[in-house]
Amino acid sequence: MIYALCLTLFLVGLYGVCCKKNLVKIIIGFMIMDYAVNLFLITVGYKKSGIAPILDSTMNINYFAAKSVDPLPQALVLTAIVIGLGVTAMMVAVAIRIYEKHGTFDVTKIRKLKG
Amino acid sequence: MTETFITIFLVFMILAAVVALEARELLSTVIAVGAVGFMLSVIFLFLRAPDIAIVQIVVEILTLVILVRATISRDTHFFEDEREFFPFAINIVMIMVFLIFAFWAVKTLPRFGLNFSKVAPYYLTKGLAQTGAANIVTSVILDYRAYDTLGEATVLFTAVLGAVALLRRKAKAAENKNG
Repeated sequence: MIYALCLTLFLVGLYGVCCKKNLVKIIIGFMIMDYAVNLFLITVGYKKSGIAPILDSTMNINYFAAKSVDPLPQALVLTAIVIGLGVTAMMVAVAIRIYEKHGTFDVTKIRKLKG
Repeated sequence: MTETFITIFLVFMILAAVVALEARELLSTVIAVGAVGFMLSVIFLFLRAPDIAIVQIVVEILTLVILVRATISRDTHFFEDEREFFPFAINIVMIMVFLIFAFWAVKTLPRFGLNFSKVAPYYLTKGLAQTGAANIVTSVILDYRAYDTLGEATVLFTAVLGAVALLRRKAKAAENKNG
């Protein structure tokens, strides 16, 4: 159920990337796909009635290993979120430059202008 | 219980995403995508990932600032006509094909909440002794996979450098025009 909803969110983003004319909306569709993939990876690492992977001094280590959620997807998604920010900033910079050159965010009009 | 909350928040996220893509004004689009991001960070809290939730909030605020900078005081009029029909239809067909394969692939995954990872117990039992970090996510990021983090810093630096270079040319051109 939750996997299917993540997939739906990804498809909403894909629809935005494919079918929208506005450059900002294309960027936002990309961001939504990014969110959906991150959420999906964290969801795969979840354990039912689990605890956060942070040790307590009173906690037995075997109990902790049995109860804690998977730390590996969390660490890698942390990396992916920050890289997503960098990619979004780059795309927005390109979009601002395109707007300054052509005076519009409409991709079909940008395609028709030459030079 | 957790599953119910996550499902509700995910439905709201999907609704906010649709609003973001269909809104008429670009500024409301940006605000709706902010709602999507903050709900995502709440879901991360429910999934017992506090580090990710904090990072998501910070990143979301920065993204909103960047997007508002891009959209405010610009031509935000609504493009009412969609793209040409033929590419649109091809896109829909491709999305359907993707949907079929994705549901097929999701079926092979273990059910929600039954994590079967074989590496996780190693990190969880030996993380404290080997790295001295009580937070296992930190020990994975900064010790076991430190080269990944170095690569991440490189990618981030390159992206920021590219963005600055792209926006910088305009400033220099304006200086030349004035001077």
